[in-house]
Parts: sequence; C-alpha cells; structure tokens
Amino acid sequence: MIERTPVLDLACHAILVLGAAIVCMPIYFAFVAGSLTIQEVQQVPLPWVPGDQFLVNAEAAWTRGNFARLFVNSAIVAVGITVGKIAVSMLSAFALAYFRFRWRMTAFWLIFASLMLPVEVRIVPTFESVANAALPLQWVVDELDLAGWWHAITGNRIEIALQWNMVDTYSGLILPLIASATATFLFRQFFLTIPDELCEAARIDGASPWRFFRSILLPLSTSNMVALAIILFLHGWNQYLWPLLFTTDKNMATAVIGLKHLIPRSDMEPAWNIAMNAALITMLPPVVVVVALQRWLVKGLVDSSK
Amino acid sequence: MAGSRRESGLKRAHFVEPRVAALLLLPQLAILLLFFFIPSIRALAQSFLLADPFGARVQFVWFDNFTALFRSAEYHESIWVTVWFTLAQSILTLAIAGVLAFATDRVIRLRGTYKMVLLLPYAIAPAIAGILWAFLFNPAVGPIAHALHTIGIGWDPNLNAADALILVTLAATWKHICYDYIFLVAALLALPPSLLEAAAVDGAGPLRRFFLIALPMISPTIFFLTVMNFVYGFFDTFAIIDAVTRGGPAGATNILVYKVYQDGFVNLDLGSSAAQSVILMLSALTLTLLQFRYVERKVNYDV
Repeated sequence: MIERTPVLDLACHAILVLGAAIVCMPIYFAFVAGSLTIQEVQQVPLPWVPGDQFLVNAEAAWTRGNFARLFVNSAIVAVGITVGKIAVSMLSAFALAYFRFRWRMTAFWLIFASLMLPVEVRIVPTFESVANAALPLQWVVDELDLAGWWHAITGNRIEIALQWNMVDTYSGLILPLIASATATFLFRQFFLTIPDELCEAARIDGASPWRFFRSILLPLSTSNMVALAIILFLHGWNQYLWPLLFTTDKNMATAVIGLKHLIPRSDMEPAWNIAMNAALITMLPPVVVVVALQRWLVKGLVDSSK
Repeated sequence: MAGSRRESGLKRAHFVEPRVAALLLLPQLAILLLFFFIPSIRALAQSFLLADPFGARVQFVWFDNFTALFRSAEYHESIWVTVWFTLAQSILTLAIAGVLAFATDRVIRLRGTYKMVLLLPYAIAPAIAGILWAFLFNPAVGPIAHALHTIGIGWDPNLNAADALILVTLAATWKHICYDYIFLVAALLALPPSLLEAAAVDGAGPLRRFFLIALPMISPTIFFLTVMNFVYGFFDTFAIIDAVTRGGPAGATNILVYKVYQDGFVNLDLGSSAAQSVILMLSALTLTLLQFRYVERKVNYDV
C-alpha cells in the first residue's frame, strides 16, 4: 500500500490464516467424523486424520436420511422461493415506480409495512393461516351469515366450512416466505435509478407497459436479479423453522430437517459418523453456489443495504 | 403522460393505466394479506384473549396476558438470556470481522483465497452450523470438549447453563462473522485513497490511520451492522438453539423467539405466545426504525 510494513503485513497474514482455520475447523472435523466407522468415531480423543469410510457413510446417510427425496423437496422449495419472490416483487416494483394511480401511496405503505416485521415473530398465527388459508373467506361467510340466508330462502340447512390446508404442500413451504417486501424495495430503488429517457423513448415508439417491461426493464435488471437470486436460493435451502412447522409428512420435509433427525440424541445409537457425513452432504449445494458465484453474492449483499 | 404534480418515488415518464397497475400489484398484495397482515392482526387480537388449549372457550382479558408475562420469572429469565446472548454475539462478531477486514485490506497476495474461505459460513444453514459446533463440544465424542476435559474443565453443555450459552454464542458468531466481514471489506475498499495518503504523508502509521480515519468514516456501516447483528441474534438464531440445546438446560438458552415457539406449539398457551409475538414485533419495529436512520445518516457522511 502506501508504505512498506513487513511486520504488520506478516501479522495480517497470520490473522487471516487463523481466521480461515477457525472457519474450516468445524467443517474439517465433520469430514473426519464422517469418514470413520461408528466404533472409531466414539474413540476419545477423536482421530485427527480422516478414515476410509467416507463413501460408505455417505451412502448410508443418503438412504437413512431419505435424502434422495428430501433434496428434490429442498430444490423445489429453494427455487420456488427464488423465482416466486423475484417475479412477484419485480411486478409490484414496476407498478409502484412506473404507474400513476389513485392508491399508489397506500399500496406503497402496505407493501413496505411488511419490511418491519420478520416472519419469526408471528410464528403461531402464520401457522394457522397456512393450516387453513381460506380462513378469511370463512369469516366473510360467517359474518354475512350466508348459511342463515340460504336457510331462509330455500328452507334447507347447510353448513359452510371452507378449508384450504397447505400443510405438507410445496405452496405451504414457499408462499409464507415470499411474503416480505425486501426484494420489492430493492427493485424499486433500482428502477428509480434508470434514466427517464428510456421510458419516454419506448412510449414514443408506442410500446405498451408490458412491452417496455419485457424489452427494457428486464434486460437491465439481469445483474440485480442474479445477485438477489443467489441470496434467496441460499435463504430457501437453509430454511429451518418453516419446514419444521409446516411438514408432518416425512416425505415433504427438506434436507435440513432430514439432517436434524439423524443427529444422535441421548437415547439413540451415537452414529455421529453418519450424522456429520449427512451434514456435509446437506451443505454441499449452497457451498457450491457461494464458491462459484462469490462475486455476485457480495454485490447482492452490499446492494441490499442501500 | 407525466402528471402536473410530482409524486414521490414515481418516474417522471410513467404510464397511467390503473387497471394494469392493479393487476401487477395483485400477487404481492394477496400474498401479504394472507401471510403477513392477517397473521399479524390475529397475533394482536389473540394477545388480548385467553383460550383453553382446545379452543372451546375464549375470553377477552385486556392486558392480562401481558401483565402475566411481565410477572413471570421465566419470561424475565428469557429476556436476560436473549440480551446476553445477542450482546455477546454482536460484539464478538463485529470485533472479529473488524480485525479480519482490516487485515484483508492490508494484504495483497492471497486476498481472494482468504475472502473465499472466510465467506464459506454464509452458505451454511444456521441449523447445520449449530450441529457442527454441537459435535465439536459434545461431552462424549467432541474433540474440543475432550481437550477441555484434559485441562481440567468439566465441560458439559447438557447440564451446565453457562456452557450451553457459550456454545450457542460461539456457533451463532461463527455463522455470522462472514456477513459483517463482507460489509466491512466493501466499506474499507470504498474509502477515498487520497484521505489515507494525506494522513500517511503527515506521518500517521497504518493502525493510526485505521482508528482515526477509516473507522470514523465507516461508522455508518458499523451502525448498520450492529442493528443487523441484533436482528440476527433476536430472530434468526432459532435454528441454532433448536439444533443445539432446545432452549435447555432448564431454560438457560431459551431466547425469546424460541419461547414463542415453545409456548405456542409445545405448551399450547396461545394467548401468552401471541402476547410474546406482539412484544417481539415491537422490538423488531424499533430495530427497523433504527436501521432506517442509518440510511439517512449515511448521506451526511458521504464526502
């Protein structure tokens, strides 16, 4: 940099090596434990060098954890959240930035109110909404006393019970996680920086709003979309609380939830070798994404705070 | 075409087709209605109601759920655990990330490699981070627990409250350092070199420059990260707690978010759980408003 400071530079390298070592240590020991037999993994102290059972354990973990199915679920959920959130929020950001209509500011505040509260703070009521998404409609039916009217008009007694249960469905896993305006806010901020001349030119050429969106806004937003997609994919794959609550069927769980069931509790066989191997398998897809697309991830994160 | 009066956040060149706009907004508003507004309002309503676990009888009880909460020793303990856990995690995360970012800013060789490795925990699910650390510190098989036992420390997070709290704090910090690190490295990189060079000409060494020039200039980022660390500690550490300690032993790691879940889904005390949700919402609101202040302050700091 500005001056030569060999001692300080050496110290900086030492700090970074130490930091990298602390980051890698848990992953390394997971790898060691994941490559031992069940007898070896219970030795005290744990060996420092890996054994030769990694592939055997990986196969055992893959079948025992039902990961063939759970990986498909995780992929569907992660991609669903990514695509769904980007699509929904780009459309609404487009409407907020490029359309003049009477309730624009109301819509704006309704959407951005959701930035204020993370999903975790309304766990129980959100669960009720997912267990029966038709609940608001049911209230309307009850309030208007439709059954009573029916009785008065036709003389038949009926009971109107609306049910739309999303437990153990992909939509139940995906939709509640799309319900936040973070991405909308990002796209809106980005749209506001796009030169007005582009829209003017498009209008003069007689482009419809949809044509303008597809041919101009969408290509301009590509880099923002990629950066955001990475963050959302990681977020979706790594979800824990929602899949835990919203799935009762083992075949509808996600990989992270499947992993949780492999962790030995006090009353189980202490198969830490299988558990740690499964932990590595489960973290592999997001790790590949981060390593391959690191530059985009950093851009996305830093942009999201602006 | 363009309206006569300027509306905030509206492009000068815009469309006037209300029906299209409504159609574009529909998906977002519908999802928010179902999964944001209705649940939030229900939480608010439920916090004033008392229901038996089977939902047969419901009674309006004003603020009884809240006063009961503030009288309960368990809730007080949960607040203290959350505060300690969040404070320790935030300070540790920021301090370690700060040192690493400073070092990254100084080195030239291998910088990309260091960044790549230090970023890895960002990819790892909080639950998995918890599991990795739970293994290292497992009193029966964990290598670090074994090392602690050999130097005479009777480490057991399953029995000892302090050990459990240390364990979840370490796991939460390990998972979150990368986040603060990314922002600090970016902020340091964006500093105008002319200022730092001028200071160097005046005889300020690298450390002095860091503390007297770089640090004050990136203080908006630090403020933002402090708020984000609090948000993380308060709300996003649920998975770590559930995977490592399940709030135990004896409530030693029962942070507020975990208690909402426990009371709502395990103990089926819906009124109390809703009241806790409302209190959490208020704290989330406070943190978000603080974060908005950051956006304003940043403008003032731009040179």
